[in-house]
Formats: sequence, structure tokens, C-alpha cells
Amino acid sequence: MSGGSYYVPATSKWPILGSLAMGVMMVGGGTWLVHGAVGSPLMLAGLVGILAVMVLWFRDVIRESMAGLYDAQMDRSFRWGMGWFIFSEVMFFAAFFGALFYVRTLALPWLDGEGAKGVTALLWPDFSASWPLLDPPDSRISGPAETLSPWQLPLVNTLLLVSSSITLTVAHEALKMGERQATHNWLFGTVLLGTCFIIIQGVEYYEAYHHLGLTLEAGIYGSTFFMLTGFHGLHVIIGTIILASILLRIRKGHFSGANHFGFEAAAWYWHFVDVVWLGLFIFVYVF
Amino acid sequence: MASLPPKHRLQSSAADSAATGQHEHHRPRGLMRWVLTTNHKEIGTLYLIFSLTMFLIGGVFALVVRAELFQPGLQLVQPEFFNQMTTMHGLIMVFGAVMPAFVGLANWMVPLQIGAPDMALPRLNNFSFWLLPIAFTLMLSTLFMPGGAPNFGWTFYAPLSTTYAPPSTTFFILSLHIAGISSILGAINIIATILNLRAPGMRMMDMTLFVWTWLITAFLLIAVMPVLAGVVTMMLMDINFGTSFFNAGGGGDPVLFQHLFWFFGHPEVYIMILPAFGIVSVIIPTFARKRLFGYASMVYATASIAILSFLVWAHHMFVVGLPLVAELFFMYSTMLIAVPTGVKVFNWITTLFRGSISFEPAMLFAIAFVVLFTIGGFSGLMLAISPADFQYHDTYFVVAHFHYVLVPGAVFSIMAAVYYWLPKWTGHYPHLRLSQWHFWLSVIGVNLTFFPMHFSGLAGMPRRIPDYSLQFADFNMVSSIGAFMFGLSQLLFVVIVIMCVRGGKTAPAKAWDGAEDLEWTVPSPAPLHTFEHPPQYRPVEH
Repeated sequence: MSGGSYYVPATSKWPILGSLAMGVMMVGGGTWLVHGAVGSPLMLAGLVGILAVMVLWFRDVIRESMAGLYDAQMDRSFRWGMGWFIFSEVMFFAAFFGALFYVRTLALPWLDGEGAKGVTALLWPDFSASWPLLDPPDSRISGPAETLSPWQLPLVNTLLLVSSSITLTVAHEALKMGERQATHNWLFGTVLLGTCFIIIQGVEYYEAYHHLGLTLEAGIYGSTFFMLTGFHGLHVIIGTIILASILLRIRKGHFSGANHFGFEAAAWYWHFVDVVWLGLFIFVYVF
Repeated sequence: MASLPPKHRLQSSAADSAATGQHEHHRPRGLMRWVLTTNHKEIGTLYLIFSLTMFLIGGVFALVVRAELFQPGLQLVQPEFFNQMTTMHGLIMVFGAVMPAFVGLANWMVPLQIGAPDMALPRLNNFSFWLLPIAFTLMLSTLFMPGGAPNFGWTFYAPLSTTYAPPSTTFFILSLHIAGISSILGAINIIATILNLRAPGMRMMDMTLFVWTWLITAFLLIAVMPVLAGVVTMMLMDINFGTSFFNAGGGGDPVLFQHLFWFFGHPEVYIMILPAFGIVSVIIPTFARKRLFGYASMVYATASIAILSFLVWAHHMFVVGLPLVAELFFMYSTMLIAVPTGVKVFNWITTLFRGSISFEPAMLFAIAFVVLFTIGGFSGLMLAISPADFQYHDTYFVVAHFHYVLVPGAVFSIMAAVYYWLPKWTGHYPHLRLSQWHFWLSVIGVNLTFFPMHFSGLAGMPRRIPDYSLQFADFNMVSSIGAFMFGLSQLLFVVIVIMCVRGGKTAPAKAWDGAEDLEWTVPSPAPLHTFEHPPQYRPVEH
């Protein structure tokens, strides 16, 4: 360390373009929500802009990494950065899990008259608390007819995601031993498992909307169900895209047995998404 | 070390440019220099300029409020607009002025204090900054939207902010998302910098208190900004997609909003004060010409405050109808915070004890911080007493409390930091006489504004109402006069900073004779690139 010097990267135009694209997307999205369809082209343009900036920004980083510009210290900065980013994601999901637990264990029983306060029970005297909540207090809000059984598609999805974490670990071990063909194949399997998960989740949503009356508008059960599984599904989609990009890099001959943080970061993210799913399976589907 | 060849092109070009002064061949010039910069000093400057701009805009909103409250009755603005002003004042000051000011100071000073050449992730740093002007342009634009800007207070409680909100609320939510992304990325960068880029030989317990407090603040930011993102997302869904998170009719609960908001909001309070503690802990030893008393206890106290900050959120909600056990738990846990905070105040005082004290402008602001922040801390203890809070809640007493910790607390510490480090940034000392005028006008103005609010609050004057009953007229008139005095004297601050950038008494590398930290070993003004080769750090025993 003592003889080394720090790495200072060159300037880049991607951050400012990314900020502008983010602004365009948010203005477009807000306009779409408040004033209707006029905003959607703007929102899509912003989204495409953000995706383009991400591709180009990562391309620069990959090029610099391949050129050997990054030292061990830069590698550690990336590791801290990715680790804390995943922690921030954990806290984002924690907010939604917190909402779920609060509603189930406190808010609904209180609405039913439990506890010393009791006055909330006067709002809807006929309301009785239950979970899943099929009959919301206000009759203008219709709850779901029934909820999804955890032991059908959700169980399949659990098996898919858990095995995808295993195949990813096997791919990582293969990469460390320099067996690139095996790495490629196991990683390809992981991407396939992720894709299957997304498709099955889509089927499940279709079922929920068209046969069960389980929608975003179906009271607090629908709200927590779709926001938790929806944000998780979004993360699976993002994780699958990341893993697919890593697969492309493996094909191009990137990464070495000793130096492959891009791969590891993707794996960290994927395992995080897997752990969130286990929480969802237990607290949203089973109990 | 010098004989080693540069490891790569970028580094050698940067090293060459440093060797030939501050000139660089490929650097963009003019506006693009600022738009594309990845330099921690330039980004720090951008943050500070942005923060000052927001401080003045948010200040104007506050003066609209105080002008309306100068006399009882409705004089100047419609009640609807008054609500928008109180809301936007709070949002702009919290998210646009105080937080970016501390991030700007961290950008400038953390690398200099740990002997790093820059932030760990410089391009991400540029991204973090440029998200802010976009977020706040969007937030301010809600003032011109049909139905007006958000009008439900800076805490945006549901259902005021969902069922009964103006249409612009959706845009406000999205702007808060952008600002939140900026904060999270900035905090990740600061943590990575502190953990990974310290000069060889510098242990964690060798770091200055400013670096320590920022490390802990960054942790708090990463922990709670996503919760804010979550709660505003729930609002967005309730407003636009028919979910029932905060709608009891669908089985949700408006109180859930308050829990989630304050789980973010209380650590947020410490996000705005821990870096202030760090600044004061650096400035007081310099001008007392003594080492900081109780360095290790300061670090542990900061960490304790951060941990406790996750366990006290419901003290903002004592009157919402919590179970008794929750009232008690949150009352006692809140009072516990007085212990580590007391450790800090006593350490500052003990550092001053038998010091060889001089009263430079930075020191004036730091000492005023210790006294006036402590007043705010004590009124906080009063508010922590749950049964008493039933009287204080939503009165001007609360307004007095949090303005004492935020204005002569956080804002004074930022002023102190600016006066302390301006010689390092510009190479010039700020104008002494004008700085002293600025200090005395500010300290008198701030107390005129906020001290009477204790009395009007205890007597029952409610917050966020544009009219009041006649018996509060005198207190309010004094508050309004003080507010305009404080507000106008900040124009003097702008003048002082501009004068200091343009010229003034030349400052040496070590601008203050009691200053010991690493930033005073580099020239004043600090060249664009510093510590490109890590300095060997010699530990000092604290």
C-alpha cells in the first residue's frame, strides 16, 4: 500500500445525462398519473434514457477494468458500494414488511375493537378482523374472493429461486477454478430459472386479477400482496437482466478466476432477492 | 516511491497536472467543467452553492409565514397559500438546504481529513449532486401547478397528503424519490471513502470527529432514506392506484403512515445534527488550543445516539392514540438520548475549560451552537414527557424546540464550518468585522424569533394556522421582527462569502494556529488535486 497511489477516474458525461433522463422520466410519469396519457411518451423517453446511460456507463467501467486501470483499493470501494446499496434495498423492503406486520397484528384487531382504546371499533361496528382480509370495513371496497394457495405456484417459485441460488454458486465455484464452460452453463441455467420465476409470477398475477378478484384495489390484503411481490418481481427482473449481462461477459472472455467482482456483485444481488422471496413466501403466502 | 512508474495513463496525467500547478490539458472549461466534474472539491462547492440557494428560497417562504403572522387576522396571503408556504419552507430547508450543506462539507473535507485524493466513487458523486437541482426544480414547480403546492405540512401526514391532497402531490412524491436516490448514493460514497481511502497508518480511532460523525450519519441515511422511499411509494399507490395502505376503510391505517414516516423522520433529525456535532468538535479544540476532551467517548456517544434514534420514533405521535405501553417505552427511550448528548455537551465545555480561547467567527458560531443547541435539547426533554406532551403537541412550543436545534444548531454549525474552512477553500480569510456583525445579528435575530415561541406555544398557540387569538399578538410581533432581522442578515453572509472568494487577507496552509488536522498540511487554497500519493499518517494519542 505504502508505495501505491490512488486511482482517480476521468470525467464522464453519463452522470449528468442520467440525472436529466431521471428528471424527464419523473416529469413524464407525474404527468401521466395526474393528467393522463400525454405524459407517457415522456416517461418512456426518460426510462429509455436511463437504461441507455446505464449501459454506456457500465460499458466504460468494464473497459477501464479490462484495461487494468483498477487496483485493489478500487475493488474494495466497489465492494463497499455494492454492499451498502444492497443494505438500502433491504431497508426498502423492510418498510413494506413493516406495513404488513403492523396492519396484521395491530391495526386490524384495533379496528375490530381489541385493546383499551376501542373507539376505532365504532367506525364499522360490523367489521371483524381476519387475515387474509376478505371483507374490508368499508363495503365500497370489495375484498378478494379468495387468496392464492402457497402450495401450488408459489411453492414452485420458491423451489425455482432456491435452486437458482445453488446453480449460481456452482457457477461461481467453477469460475474460481477456471472452468469457463461449466461457469457458462450453470449461469445460463440460473438465468433460465429466473426467467421461469418471472413467467410463473405473471401467470399468478393473471389468476389473481381474473379469477380471484385479488387486485391492488382489493383492500389492504391486495395492497400489501401486490406491492411486496411486485417490488420483489421487479428485482427478479433486474437481477435476471444483470445475470444475463454477466453471461454475455463470460462469453466474451471477461473475468478471471481471481478477479471477477462484476460476477460477485451480481451474485450478491441475486442471493438478496432470493432471501427476500423466502420472507415473502413465509409471511405473505404461508402465514 | 517517486521512482515507481505511474500505474496507468489517467493517474499519470493527473499527477503531471498537479506537478505543473492546477492546469490540466483535457479538462472541460466553463460551464461544462462544473457539469462533468468528478472532483470532490468542485462537487463540494456545487453542493454548498445549491444549499445556500435553497436556504435563501426556503428563507423567503419562512418570511412570508412570519409576515402573515406579524399581526392577528388575515392580512397578506390566503390560508391555502399560507399552508403551502409552511410546507415548502420545511421541505426545502430539510431536504434542500441542511442535508446538501452537510454533504457538501463532507465532499470537501472528508477526503482532506483522511488523506484521500478524492471520494471513493467520483462519478457517482457527480450523479448524486446533479440529481438534486432536478429534484428541487420539480418540487418548487408544484407551486405553479393547478391546485397549488403541497399544503399538508412537511410531515405530509395521510390522509391530508392522500385523500385530501392537491394533484401536485404526485410530483412532490416523485421529486422526493429523486432527492432520496441522491442522498443514498451520496451516503454510500461517503462510507466507502471513509472505510477504504484513509491514509496508510490512520486507524478508525485516529479520524477526526467530523469524519466519524459523517460515517455514522451516512449509515443512518442508507438505513432510513429507503423507508422514506417506501412510505411515499405507498402514498403514490394510494393516490393513483386505489391501494388502501393509509385508508382504514380498506383495512389500512392512517397511523401506519405516521409510524413509517417517523421511523425515517427521527433518524433524519440526527442526520441533520450529527455532522454538526462533528464540526463543533473540530472547531472548539482549534480555538481553545487544546485537544478535544474525551475523544473516544465522543465517538461512542455519536454511535449511541444513532442506535437510539431507531427506537424513539413514536414520541412524535404521543397524542395519536398509542397503547400505554408504547407511550411509556417511547418516553423512556427518548429520555435516554439525553445521556450521550449530555456527554457531548460536557466534553465540549471541558475542552474549553482552561483553554487558551480566542473568538474567531467560526468559534463564535460554535460556542453559540453549544449554548443554543442545549436549549433546544432541553425543550426536547420536556416534549419527551408523554403526559406533558399532550399540552405541547402541535403548538408553537414544538416549533420553538425544533428550530432551536435546527437553526442555531444545524445551521449555525454550517456557518461555523464555512468560516472555519473558507481560508482552506479560497486562500483568504473572511472579512473579520463583517463576520462578527453577521454573527451578532444572527444570534440576536434567531433568539428574537424563536424564544417567544416557547411562551406562545405553552399558552396554546397552534402550529400551521395563519391566524391567532389576540393574546399572542405581542409574542408574534417580536418573532416576526426577529425573523426578518435573521433573514436579512444572511444576505450579509452571502456578501462575506463572495468577498472572501474574490480576495481578502491571505491565509497560510495552516490558517488557524491551533488547527491540527490533516487538511491544514495542504496549501491554502487547496489545489484541485491533493494527496494523490497517500500521506504517511502519524497517529497522535487522543
